[in-house]
Amino acid sequence: MAASRRPDKEGGSMEHNISLAALPEGEHARVTELLAQNGMRRRLLDLGLTPGTQVECELKSPSGDPAAYRIRGALIALRRRDAALVLVTMQ
Amino acid sequence: MNRKSGFAGACAPERRDLRTRTGEQETVVALAGNPNVGKSTVFNALTNLHQHTGNWPGKTVVSAQGVCEVQGRRYLLVDTPGSYSLMAHSAEEQAARDFICFGGADAVVVVCDASCLERNLNLALQTMEITRHVVVCVNLMDEARQRGTSVDFERLEARLGVPVVPASARAGEGLPELMRAVAHVTQEKTCGHCPESAGSRPAAPCCPGCCFASCCPVRYPDPVERALALLIPAVSGAIPEQSPSPRWLALRLLEGDEALCEGIDCMLGFPLVRQPGVARALSEAKQVLSEAQMTQTALRDAIADGLVHTAAELCADVIQKKPTKRERRDRKIDRILTSRRTGFPLMLLLLLGVFWLTITGANVPSQLLADVLFRFGERLSEWLAVCGAPEWLRGLTVDGAYRVLAWVVSVMLPPMAIFFPLFTLLEDLGYLPRVAFNLDHCFQKCHACGKQALTMAMGFGCNAAGVVGCRIIDSPRERLIAILTNSFVPCNGRFPTLIAILTMFFVGTSGGIGASLLSALLLTGLVLLGVGMTFLASRALSGTVLRGVPSSFTLELPPYRRPQLGKVLVRSVLDRTLFVLGRAAVVAAPAGVLLWCMANLTVYGRTLLAASAAALDPIARFFGLDGVILLAFLLGFPANEIVVPIIIMAYLAKGSLVEMNDLSLLRALLVQNGWTWVTAVCTMLFSLMHWPCSTTCLTIHKETQSWKWTAAAVLLPTAAGLTACALVANLARLFAG
Repeated sequence: MAASRRPDKEGGSMEHNISLAALPEGEHARVTELLAQNGMRRRLLDLGLTPGTQVECELKSPSGDPAAYRIRGALIALRRRDAALVLVTMQ
Repeated sequence: MNRKSGFAGACAPERRDLRTRTGEQETVVALAGNPNVGKSTVFNALTNLHQHTGNWPGKTVVSAQGVCEVQGRRYLLVDTPGSYSLMAHSAEEQAARDFICFGGADAVVVVCDASCLERNLNLALQTMEITRHVVVCVNLMDEARQRGTSVDFERLEARLGVPVVPASARAGEGLPELMRAVAHVTQEKTCGHCPESAGSRPAAPCCPGCCFASCCPVRYPDPVERALALLIPAVSGAIPEQSPSPRWLALRLLEGDEALCEGIDCMLGFPLVRQPGVARALSEAKQVLSEAQMTQTALRDAIADGLVHTAAELCADVIQKKPTKRERRDRKIDRILTSRRTGFPLMLLLLLGVFWLTITGANVPSQLLADVLFRFGERLSEWLAVCGAPEWLRGLTVDGAYRVLAWVVSVMLPPMAIFFPLFTLLEDLGYLPRVAFNLDHCFQKCHACGKQALTMAMGFGCNAAGVVGCRIIDSPRERLIAILTNSFVPCNGRFPTLIAILTMFFVGTSGGIGASLLSALLLTGLVLLGVGMTFLASRALSGTVLRGVPSSFTLELPPYRRPQLGKVLVRSVLDRTLFVLGRAAVVAAPAGVLLWCMANLTVYGRTLLAASAAALDPIARFFGLDGVILLAFLLGFPANEIVVPIIIMAYLAKGSLVEMNDLSLLRALLVQNGWTWVTAVCTMLFSLMHWPCSTTCLTIHKETQSWKWTAAAVLLPTAAGLTACALVANLARLFAG
């Protein structure tokens, strides 16, 4: 399953890539890779989270998890464990 | 996990019913769209129906139908649940997908949010792959304008090749144009561009601007297109005239989603892949893909990517956007409502505020209603006596049916008629998704879904509605948890009971701001207890019978919208009033008759009521209640509203007949019958946690298709309630004795 490919908190497989979950509030980034599989992968793609897409971490909930991201004009909340399956480069 | 469960959609009886019920002259139009884009508002405006709408994703969970007549033609409009994509994830999205793909609608109106057109166009493009009878309705134009978005509609229409209609459904703008466009697409037979393809769909584009190209503006990467070119002619030859487009079918065959392919076969009536030409073409097409080293995941990605990029490219071309103050304002509000320091306190304050307004606001009308209704009851009794009605008839109608009815109306109606509109306002503003956002962490800890916060909130209005609302939860396991725990939040039928008992025993009936604030505080505490129990029960369920890890979830936080204040107030007060009066007539009056009979029929020298209450008494005492209270909860199974009236009637039937239009008199009556603060606490706890009402139970059975889970939904809160009552009662006894 996807869990085995999940990167650690700090980052991902490539040098400048971090996971979306590690993106600080108010920061912008560009999607480089989706590690999610099956249903979640399709759902993220449906929301427009394809490689190359700009995202911004706009809000963190009181506990910091979930966080809400601005994706193609919509504000979407994702849990940390799901956002960890999206790799981004900071801008 | 594969979502095979319950794929009956394509062959579902509803679809056949719909088709047979609509005669030749009725045109079926499906309304599709992302969640929370105002589909239901468009639907209501066109059909003059009043389906409830709210500013949070997933409000419509059942397809509603309504008729709209324009220029002598009848249209049957079907409002489908909101979905982001035709690749279904949740049960409600599947319902929408099945109807759009297999429902056989003559046209599909894809309603889009103008402020978020790019994401919305994804669904429009997917729908256009299935059928060319599509109208794109760009709704919420008023809002988009305020947000600095302007759309070049002519260009968008030209590029999409289907009619595009701007609208602001709330204000009724654009709806006549929308229906004209619908009339246009349902009447046209050929594409008009390609004479050689008259009457049928071309398999490949024949000319620039051909209907083939215009219906599917999405181009996929080269290998996919080559594979499609091989497969489309074969599919095209194998299917009847009225099928979804060959291109869409070919894409689904390549993708190989089992459930969807099953649905397609079911709709066609034969297995598509087994058609001789199709099977060969499919293997050839798959060969092309594998030569291009395109795996199944890569293919699915390419398809999703093609849609997303087409939408992005279209929007870059037709949309102009200026950042506005409103967006900055929204962002500021969001920060305050969800921050670590202020998120939870504000949530509690809002809850407290709503309760306080409900309690203070309900006081005076309650009193007034009680005065009027009971005075009228006396007149009725006198009048019956004058007419020479026998004693028993007067008892049955006035003391039985009328009194319980009057009680339900005067005690229950005012709080409901105040709470509900307030809640609807918060809902329309867009606050509920923020609550779900704040609370998700707790639900995650309970291995449940954050959207359960939304279904919980719906439970405040009505638990049955909350249970149906659980369809917005994707994972079947988490959905079941949400269904089983929904009745831990007190519904509208239980609030007034809690308020009345709180006021009588813990605040005092003297009134004043301090008193009502205290009532509101205590009520908030009780509700928090219910929410806490929801967490506890959810955690317990996911650790035992519904074991599992939390599944992934996405939740959209929609922009804040200014509620249509007047409309919401009038509508929801009226709705609630009618609802309560209806229930009162159907449930309370018969319950009153039954109660009167029980109080007046004697068996072995005791009334039936006294006998049954006495039978229940020993058990009830252990839980800090008494026989009458337990009996009232049992008799209140059809509707929680009648529990307190039954208790009162039962006590009155035993003893002196006092005039009951004042809470302090009522308190005296209860104390006369042995109530202490322990009884009051236990009654409130039991009201908060006991079996769901009959409507909710039936709904749970309908949603879970299982008597076992329905029984679990009854036992879970009952066990929790009885445990809590036993604890309180016995601890109190211990300390007092």
